Amino acid sequence: MSRNSTPDVQFDADGQLRHLLTIDGLNAETIIDILDTAESFISIGQRRIRKVPLLHGRTVVNLFFEPSTRTRTTFEIAAKRLSADVINLNASRMSTSKGESVLDTVRTLEAMHTDMFVVRDGSSGTAHLIARHVPAHVHIINAGDGRHAHPTQAMLDMFTIRQHKGAFDQLRFAIVGDILHSRVARSQIHALNILGAREVRVIGPQTLLPTEIERLGVTAFTNMDDGLSDIDVIMMLRLQLERMEGQLIPSSQEYFRLYGLTSERVARAAPDAVVMHPGPMNRGLEITSSVADGERSLILPQVTNGIAVRMSIMAKLMGSQPQTLEPEP
Amino acid sequence: MRILVSNGRIIDPGNNIDAVGDVFIEEGRIAPPSDQNGSFDRTIDASGLIVCPGLVDLQVRLREPGQEHKATMRSELGAAVSAGVTSVCCPPDTDPVIDTPAMVHMVRQRARQIELARLHPQGALTRGLKGEQLTDMAALDEAGCVGVSNADYAVENTLVMRRAMQYASTFDLTVFLNILDPWLKGNGCVHEGEISTRLGLPVIPEAAETVALARELALIETTGVRGHICQLSSGRSVEKISEAQQRGLPVSAAISAHHLHLSERDIGDFDTRCHVLPPLRSLADRDALRQGVADGVIQAICSDHQPHGADAKLAPFSESAAGIAGVETLLSLALQLVDDNVLPLQKAIAAVTSEPARILGTELGQLSEGAPADICIFDPDTTWTLNAELLYSNGTNTPFDGWTLPGKVRWTLVAGQVLYEGLPTD
Repeated sequence: MSRNSTPDVQFDADGQLRHLLTIDGLNAETIIDILDTAESFISIGQRRIRKVPLLHGRTVVNLFFEPSTRTRTTFEIAAKRLSADVINLNASRMSTSKGESVLDTVRTLEAMHTDMFVVRDGSSGTAHLIARHVPAHVHIINAGDGRHAHPTQAMLDMFTIRQHKGAFDQLRFAIVGDILHSRVARSQIHALNILGAREVRVIGPQTLLPTEIERLGVTAFTNMDDGLSDIDVIMMLRLQLERMEGQLIPSSQEYFRLYGLTSERVARAAPDAVVMHPGPMNRGLEITSSVADGERSLILPQVTNGIAVRMSIMAKLMGSQPQTLEPEP
Repeated sequence: MRILVSNGRIIDPGNNIDAVGDVFIEEGRIAPPSDQNGSFDRTIDASGLIVCPGLVDLQVRLREPGQEHKATMRSELGAAVSAGVTSVCCPPDTDPVIDTPAMVHMVRQRARQIELARLHPQGALTRGLKGEQLTDMAALDEAGCVGVSNADYAVENTLVMRRAMQYASTFDLTVFLNILDPWLKGNGCVHEGEISTRLGLPVIPEAAETVALARELALIETTGVRGHICQLSSGRSVEKISEAQQRGLPVSAAISAHHLHLSERDIGDFDTRCHVLPPLRSLADRDALRQGVADGVIQAICSDHQPHGADAKLAPFSESAAGIAGVETLLSLALQLVDDNVLPLQKAIAAVTSEPARILGTELGQLSEGAPADICIFDPDTTWTLNAELLYSNGTNTPFDGWTLPGKVRWTLVAGQVLYEGLPTD
């Protein structure tokens, strides 16, 4: 019996990154290249005229099947700073039996000469599905698909960590909360392991830890105090109460008592540990305001860096490198 | 009509025959060799080929009535015949449901008119498959059902299931069981394991199968009904069925061919063609299922044929339709088990002929004198490369697209009529 093997749809025939769908399968050079390019875009945000003409004349469609303000906005700003034309579509998606299918929506927009789709959807695998069915000149960025991946969030987290903490191989990381439903956690785990993190832990109750999570290269802890010991970077996740069904966690009170990040708990980590959160935060549920707004918090730098990192990814996928950047007049 | 199939290697596991020889057919039945003098209307030279009973596929969705946009009896029974399958058994989950004698007569009549593969319908266990009221099982039996089943619809109320089994046992009916706990399944679509964790897909834990299986085995034990497990996916289920059989419970089991060749890893990056129910599980499970067939705990291999329109798989994984159009790969995937040193050839052929026929309680699936001449003649030494677009089935949904597989069907006979003739190999 002989069988076909399917190539990684993220890369084109020459091995160039064509879509960014997941961190899984990337190598360290690709990630570092994206982070390095993002460095050069940071300064643009500080200029008086915050635009470069790298994607002038290109059309980017933000196709969001799931509501989002923060992520969509940073993608929009990133595309506009690269001088692309941006269209935002907040499409609601009914079951496939009703209304238009995902691919129908994409094909319609593609017929209008779109160069890039930034896609968010509630189902795992939607970005892969679209990437397999667009013509070669169209690029896809996954802005979050179900529980699967959120690669641009992980990239901006890596950028922020590198900016504030330096080399990954010296650092211990803990990702805390609802790992089961979290696309952010999955992408962070892949990115940290690819970049050579000294240790990656996940912390949560058994109901929120997926089976065989250790196979992704992490150590699982159910006790937060144990899990935080010696940790350099604490990466909190948003707890989506509406997903808990009253069964995954019994109550928000108990959750906060066991897994909420308080100043006392931060003190159990390494002396200069930093705290991250992808937002939006549930203050008083997974994190206290004193930690979120405290001096160890990198939450606002994460947001700021998000724009430069997304510019870098868009430019890389569309083959426009900032060497062509003109100096500011 | 007198037909001579000459000089083939006859493998007839039901009669424990494996020998080169001739098969004589007269008036649609296998004829004794003694009175074979004179001329034949047709002679089929089966030199170098295997002559075996026509395949009996225990689980085939024809989509008719109710979903003719996906497939029809004509398209799917034709696909079956092209692949050496001469009998198919269909679950009662058509629309309308096969829960009345009139529906049984209707589907059987329609299949007879088409004159391709034979159709053996299962009757519904409960009315409308709702899991509440029993059907008129005795009448369904008299109308020609091979047994009763609630298809993929769980009978959640255990008391209803117990009474349904008791009632079915009154008439010596086989109860066909699909084992999946609806609560543990939830909205899950893949095995709970490394792949579900990596891809972030909702899970169907192994316990969804073993919990349901444990209940059904306990009820089989107390009611004495003959039970057939239509599909299974985990090694633990093989253990439980084996243990039940050792205690003398009247339980048989079938496995889909794809569960013997694929695992969760084949899902790769969301390959929706590998979205099936029950889900593909770990490689260890696949190996345990193979061992279960080798040990005889699982007697039959079926295709679990589920043709879909092209759009059904063009969706995010969890929203895509489950199922594989498999009837045309049943023989080849069974033969592949021989190449993989899982089964001897005779046993692989038994698992798709005499064993499923025995589960259906028919005289088909073997080549005894006087039996209906349902015959598959295939070339065991030829491989073929599957091109989904060229399948006879209306469904092109198969993960085996592009695979090179052993065994090419040359002739298929149903009731002594040549209904399919494949091209000789180059």
